[in-house]
This record gives sequence, C-alpha cells and structure tokens, in this order.
Amino acid sequence: MINLLVVSDLMPVPRDLELPLPLGEFELKIFLVLLFLVHILFVNLMLGGSVFSVIFEIIGLKFPRYDTLARRLAETITVNKSLAVVLGVGPLLCINLVYTLHFYSANALTGYAWIQIVPLVIVAFLASYLHKYTWERWTGPRKRLHVTVGISAAFLFLCIPFLFLSNINLMLFPEQWRQVSGFFSSLRVGNVFPRYFHFITASLALTGLFALAWLSRKKYPVENKLPGFSRPEIRRLFYRLAYYMTLAQLVFGPLLLFTLPYRGVTGLLFIVILSGVATALIVLLMLRAEIKATDDKIGRRLIPICILLTLVVLAMGTGRHIYREACLAEHKVLIADATARFRAIETATRMRLEAGLGAGDAIETGPTGEKVFENCAACHALNRVLAAPPLTEVAAIYKDDPDGIVAWTKNPGKKRPQFAPMPSFAHLGDVRLKMVAEYILEITSEVNPGE
Amino acid sequence: MFFLDFAGNRILMAVIASLHVIINHPFAVGAYPLVTLMEWWGHKTGQPDWDRLAYKITFVLFIITTTVGALTGVGIWLSAALIAPFGIGSLLRIFFWAWFTEWLIFVAEVVLIMVYFLTWKRWAEGFMKKVHIGVGVTLSVFSWLTMVIIVAILGFMMGSGTWPDQRTLFSALANPLYLPQLAFRTTFALITAGLLAWFTLFFFTDTGSEFRRRAVRFVSGWILVWSVPFAAASLWYWNVVPVIMQANVNVALLTMRFALWYETLAQLMAAAVIFIALTALIGILRPKVIPGLFLIIPFVLGIWLLGHFERVREFIRKPYVVADYMYSNGVRVSELPVLQRDGILPYSTYVHHRTVTSDNLVEAGRDVFIITCSRCHTTAGINGVVKKFTDLYGQEPLDSNTLRLFMKTMHNSRTFMPPFPGNDKELEALAAYIKKLQDDYEPIFNAQTDWTIKADTAGSMP
Ligand code: HEC
Ligand code: HEC
Repeated sequence: MINLLVVSDLMPVPRDLELPLPLGEFELKIFLVLLFLVHILFVNLMLGGSVFSVIFEIIGLKFPRYDTLARRLAETITVNKSLAVVLGVGPLLCINLVYTLHFYSANALTGYAWIQIVPLVIVAFLASYLHKYTWERWTGPRKRLHVTVGISAAFLFLCIPFLFLSNINLMLFPEQWRQVSGFFSSLRVGNVFPRYFHFITASLALTGLFALAWLSRKKYPVENKLPGFSRPEIRRLFYRLAYYMTLAQLVFGPLLLFTLPYRGVTGLLFIVILSGVATALIVLLMLRAEIKATDDKIGRRLIPICILLTLVVLAMGTGRHIYREACLAEHKVLIADATARFRAIETATRMRLEAGLGAGDAIETGPTGEKVFENCAACHALNRVLAAPPLTEVAAIYKDDPDGIVAWTKNPGKKRPQFAPMPSFAHLGDVRLKMVAEYILEITSEVNPGE
Repeated sequence: MFFLDFAGNRILMAVIASLHVIINHPFAVGAYPLVTLMEWWGHKTGQPDWDRLAYKITFVLFIITTTVGALTGVGIWLSAALIAPFGIGSLLRIFFWAWFTEWLIFVAEVVLIMVYFLTWKRWAEGFMKKVHIGVGVTLSVFSWLTMVIIVAILGFMMGSGTWPDQRTLFSALANPLYLPQLAFRTTFALITAGLLAWFTLFFFTDTGSEFRRRAVRFVSGWILVWSVPFAAASLWYWNVVPVIMQANVNVALLTMRFALWYETLAQLMAAAVIFIALTALIGILRPKVIPGLFLIIPFVLGIWLLGHFERVREFIRKPYVVADYMYSNGVRVSELPVLQRDGILPYSTYVHHRTVTSDNLVEAGRDVFIITCSRCHTTAGINGVVKKFTDLYGQEPLDSNTLRLFMKTMHNSRTFMPPFPGNDKELEALAAYIKKLQDDYEPIFNAQTDWTIKADTAGSMP
C-alpha cells in the first residue's frame, strides 16, 4: 500500500491540464504582458474620459464653455470603450492559458460577481451612448436627467474594475482560497483597495494626456469645436490634470507597494518598480515645466513625456508580472508535483490494463489512522510507558468511545502527576482525530489488556 | 466549484451564448452586407433615401453589436470558465491559434464598424463615398470570416473525426458537419438580417410613403433571394445531422426518441420557413398590406428556429466537451480507470471529504454529486436529479440499490451522459445523498455563498 499523503491542506492544489500549451510559456507571458498593457490603456481612457466628461459637464452648468469640452470628451469614449473590450479578449486568452488553474479558481470563487461583468458593462456602455447621443436634445429642464445618465455611466465604470481586480488579486494567493466565499470576502485578500486607487489615478492621468493630445492637435479646429477655449488653454488645463494625478501616485504608489503581501516581494521587483518611479519623477518635472511654459511654447515636450510614460507603464507592467510569478512560484511547484504523480498513477494503470492485468487494487490515498498516529507515537506506545500512559491504558478508559479520545486530544486535561501535560492536537482536525481514535481502539482490541 | 443550483449551469451558458448568436447572426454577419447593398444602391441610383435608411439601420447595428454583441462574446469566455474550466481550458490549448486569429479578425471587425458608422457623414461625396462603400464590403467579409472560424471549432466539438490521433485544427475542418453548417448559418444570417431590416424599416420610414413601399419590396426580395440557398443548406444540414447522431449514439431507444422529436421539429420548422417566405412574397406583391408590428412575428420565428438548431447541436455533443477526449464534467477518458478504482474524491481539489466513511455518507455524496453530475443537473431545479429519478422509478422512496445500478451503467443506457467516474463507495454515497434529497430537500451552497461547512479535508490529493 502506497501512502501519498504530502501536501498541506491549507492550500488547494489542483492538477494541471493534460494537454501541452500551444506556445512556449515564456512567449505567452510576453504576449500577456504586452497585450494586457494595450488593453488597459484603452480601459484607462474609457474610464477617465467618462469621469472627466461628467465632471466638466457639471462645471459647464455654470460655465457653458466646459459643457462643450465635456461633450468632445464624451465623443472619444465610443471608440475607446469598443477598443477596450475587443482588445481585452487577447490577454484574456493568454491568461487563461498561462495561469489556467489560478485564474479559473479565482473566477469560481467569486463567480456570481464575476459574471455580472457582462450585464454591468453592457449597461454602462448603453448609458454612455445615451449620454453621447442625447446631448443636443436633452437640454433645459432635461439637462439634469442628462447629467444623471452621465454620472451613472461614470459610476458604473468606476465600480467594474473591482470585479476584475478582486480576481487578478485573488489568483495570487492560493493559500487564502479556502477562506474566500464570494466577491466581498475576496476583497479582504491581498491589497485590492490600494491597487484600485492606483489604477484609477493612473487612468485619470493618462486620460489627461490623451485629451490634451487629441483636442489640441494641429488639425483640430479648436476655435470651432471648443468655443471659449484657446489651444494653449486646453493644453494647460489637461497638463494640470495629468500633473496632479501623477502627483497623487506618489501617495498611492508607495501605499500599494508597502501593502503588498510580503511573500512575493523580491529585490528584482524593487529594482524594476523603482526605475519606473524614477522615470515618473522625471515626467512630473517635465509636466511642471510645461504648465509654466508660455503660450507659444506649451506642448513641445508632449512627445518625450509620452515616451517616458510608456516606459513607466512598461516598468509597472513588468513589476506586476514579476510579483505574480514570485507569488505563485511555490504553488506552481506543488501543482506540477501533484500533476506528475497523478500522471504516473494514470500511466501505470493504463499499462496494467493493456497488459490484461486489470486495474489492480485501490491506492490508499487519504490519511489513515496509522499514519496519523505518528503524531502520538513519540509519547504513547502500545503497552509500554514512554512519556505518557500506554495505549492499553487509554483504551481501557475509552472503550467504545472514540469520540471521547477525540475530545481529550483536542483539549487535554491534567490527570496523572507523573507526566508532563499533553499538548493539544486540535489542529489535526476532527476527521483525522477520529481516525486515530478508531485506530487506537482497534489495535488495542487485538492485545490482551492484561499483558 | 461554481454551481447555480436552481437554474443549472447550462442555463447561464445557454442564455449568454444564445444572446450572442441572436445578435451576431442577424445584426452582424447578415446585416452588414444588406446595409452596404442599400448604401451602394442609393449611391448608384442617386436616391438619398436609401442612404438615409441604411445609415439609420447601421446606427442600430452599431449600438447593439458594440454593446450586447461584444459583451456576450466575452461573456461566453467568462461563463465557460466558470462552468467547464477543464473543458474550455483544454479547448483553448487545442485551438489557441484559431481563436487568436479569430480575435484579430474580430478586432478588425470592430474597428471597421466604427469607421463605417462614424465616417458615414464625412465620407459622403465622390471618391470618399466609394471608399466608404468599400469599408462596408470589407466589414461584411470580416464578420463572415469570424463565423467561418467559429463554426470550425463548434464542428470539432461535435465529432472530432480524426482529431484524437492528429490533434490539429485542420482535422477538425474535415468534420462532415462543417460545410453544411457554415452554409446553413450564413444563409440563415442573411435572412434574419432581412427580417430585422423589415421591422426596423417601419420606424425609419414615413408611413404611407412611396419610399417605404419600395423599401419593403426591396427587403422582401432580399429575403426571398436568400430563401432558396437557405432551403438547400437546411436540407443538407438536416440530412447530415442524423448520420452524425448515429455515429455518436448507438442506442435504439434514444435514437427513436430523438427521431420522433426531430420529425415534429422538422414540421414546425418547415411551417415557420413557409410563413416567412409567404410574408416575403406578399411584401413584394403588396408592400402596403403589411402592418409594421406584424413583422415582429417572422423575426421572432427566425430567432426561435435558430435556437432549435443550437439545441440539436448541443445534444449531439454530449457527453463530451472535447470529443473522445474529455467528458462534460471535466473527466478525461483516459483517467477513468484510475478514478473508478480509487474514487474521484481523493483526487479532487475542492471537496469536504476525501474518503467515504459510514459517518459522512450523505456529505461525501454531495461532494460526489457536485463533481460528477452538477455540470448538467441541479438538485431540484431545471433538469433536477431527483425529478429525473422519480420520473424513472415513481414517487415512492427511491431504492438506493436501484440508484446505484442505474448510475453504474448510465452511460450505456443513456449515451448522452458520461460514465460515473468514481468507485463503488462513492456510488453508495451518491445514492445516499440523492435519497436524502428526496426525503428532506436542502439546496447546495457553493463556494460563492458558503464555504463555512469548512473543508475538513483530511488527507489530500496524492
Ligand atoms: C508530548 C507527548 C504526547 C503526545 C505527542 C501525545 N500525548 Fe496523549 N498523553 C500525553 C500525556 C503526558 C498524557 C497523560 C496526561 C495526564 O493524564 O495528565 C496523555 C494522555 C492521553 C490520553 C488519555 C486521557 C485520559 O483521559 O486519561 C489520550 C486518549 C491521549 N493522550 C491521546 C493522544 C493522542 C490521540 C495523541 C496523538 C494525536 C497523543 N495523545 C499524543 C502525552 C502525549
Ligand atoms: C453531460 C451532462 C450530464 C452529466 C454529467 C450527467 N447527466 Fe444525467 N442526464 C443528462 C441529460 C442531457 C439527460 C436527459 C435530460 C432530458 O430528459 O432532457 C439526463 C438524464 C438523467 C436521468 C434520467 C434518465 C432517463 O432516462 O429519464 C437521470 C436519472 C440522470 N440523468 C442522473 C444523472 C446522475 C446521477 C449523474 C451524475 C453521476 C448524471 N446524470 C450526470 C446529462 C448529464
């Protein structure tokens, strides 16, 4: 009889799929990181566009020129959001492949909430279309309604990231999967909230730069499309937004880094993240210089700023990946191990069947009383005194009462002055203690208590 | 493991997938060619009415496809991951490149629909108008290409042909159902797009106007023109399906039951098709007669037909998720002997008990149920397991021996179900659990709602 009891119970260790990956793991991971960054860029723009648009619309109730600005921003959402969705499928395929078990486990644990993504995003999209296409019609007394639709869309866009973040976060901590039941409890794992604020501020900063580039580009007839604004004004406005949002990252960034569960934090992670932060500081200085620049000079540094920012984003994306790998390293070894052992059993069985030997006897896979008894054997022996009363004596007290043994073992008392007190074994869990209790009663019944 | 105890997991998937098909066929694959044709016709004959109508219909297509269409597409991935993680994970490993290509085409399709719709008013004159029509044509081709790829994957799931040996995508294309199914879906999409245009037309044209009459006639013509190849494609598909069924299902009882249902369905469907064709004919001859809201009927009928074809497809596929390789419950064919010898509990990740003892019979049975049956059955909701058994054996308390015998051989008597992937003790536990459900019903909570029946997972996977 082979006993294969090894793996810790705390961490669920699923088996991997049998089929090979269609592409090298390394290539897939590169794909994943890059495709994901492109996807998230458009998500950022859609979210930031929606939030800024409704904020400007509200400002526009008092200062009408902002209303037009809000409208121009709202027009960009249509394209950005559609790209955000379709570009999401690529990284989804990749993550499904590379982190099959981790991702699917996290999905399953938050399933109800996870599937809400579909209706919620549909509603958010429809609301943002409604917002866009009723701008001219819903004016005067209906303007309020229009603003409300805008707020609802922005609110939904602000909520939906939680559903994704909780999953992406939960998949990193298999040791906590057993404690999770549903979406809300998954928010307690890891550091979802710092991640969230980091993400939102990044969205707003990027949207600032995007709006700047888009609404003050050379060919764009600013005077026509944005009455009341001049090109340099638009630039300064959005530079300011980008600047303050990036500044805010100086708070959220470290908050995120220092609340990361320690297990995946490595030196490499620090190097990558810090080089990203250093680049971000340069970006901040350049943004400041741009804000202070005169009307004829403002906007000249936009391209270098965007290049540097791309580097920052790459660094952060790589950092995320490094952290994920470090977090899962141990669990992946366990999975590989469990998978290999199962395959061995499967192959052996198949060979027996092919050789016409039949499947053979069942392999004892769970713990047995005998196995659990190893925990007790240091002190208890069958009919000798080691550091505790012999089993025969125990059996005499608890004849036909295995539950009594379980109760004692979980919470041992102090009876016999000659022995040191027995430690509690409650951590083994009821099922195992019951097994060992039955085992003790079984082996003692075979010996004559008198001996 | 994710589990919807009332409606059943299949329903979630079915709702999302059907919604996607309903959007995808008439609103995308079928409709883009139709609106492009209208635009071209308007341009060629210099009648701006056509252009305006095409633009308005495209607005509807644009809104619907970029919201409900796109998201239900993503939703299929999300729900498949919840319902059949092992199945979809394996399929993805086999078809990654197909799906990846499909994704690229899909990205192109979305970019094109945005270009097509958003530049409509700007590219209105001379050469740019021609470019615009060109975009419409490209868009139609791309959206059809996504269908070409997806149908290959669906065909593969039904009968893998030579795949188990070759394991390539092309072996799946050789599937006998592939071409008939593609022809069927394509022509069907074109027709449903006509049905859709029919009834949206009544919102977008003036009542009693001359143009409305012409538009109705035009769309009716479109439907009739496609009805002919559609009828041919359906016959082809219809004749191929039973062949595949027979190859997959060798039990007389089932084929008989299926055949009966198949016949009735065939009659109903023929009636629906004739009804649609008749309406189209009236549309051509007497466009004025048809009232607007009436046209919603053929549209609904069309959707209903589509739904039934999906059902046939799903039925043929059982019990496999990857033909001859993996069953719907995620068990691979080749691991069956191990599981039937050692039991499935010891090798499972999320269970409360790893060994069946006399104390935990019912609880372990629940674990077994969740792993082996819950992908297709609920406890008491849709396709509820207790109801299935009482239908079979009557209302009296079920006899656990009978249950055991049934389940041990259920894959032989009901070929749409996979063999029971566990050992005798687990069978006993499952029978005890089902009996308990009959006597004293309690719903299953799952990882989402309750994991407080804390896993005392004594032991672990070897
Ligand atoms: C570190 C040494 C030690 C280990 C390990 C140990 N015990 Fe004990 N056990 C004792 C001692 C000492 C006593 C006597 C305590 C007393 O009477 O004060 C005892 C007493 C008992 C008794 C008798 C209680 C009674 O009512 O008299 C039972 C039953 C028992 N142990 C079960 C177990 C089981 C089961 C395990 C393994 C899971 C175990 N013990 C492991 C030291 C140990
Ligand atoms: C691949 C999906 C699938 C799995 C897994 C599955 N079943 Fe079924 N089962 C079906 C389908 C489909 C039907 C037919 C439903 C209908 O009548 O429409 C069915 C019917 C039944 C019936 C009624 C049979 C009859 O002839 O009336 C019983 C009883 C049953 N299942 C029990 C089970 C049990 C117990 C398990 C778990 C060990 C199980 N099934 C697993 C798909 C499945």
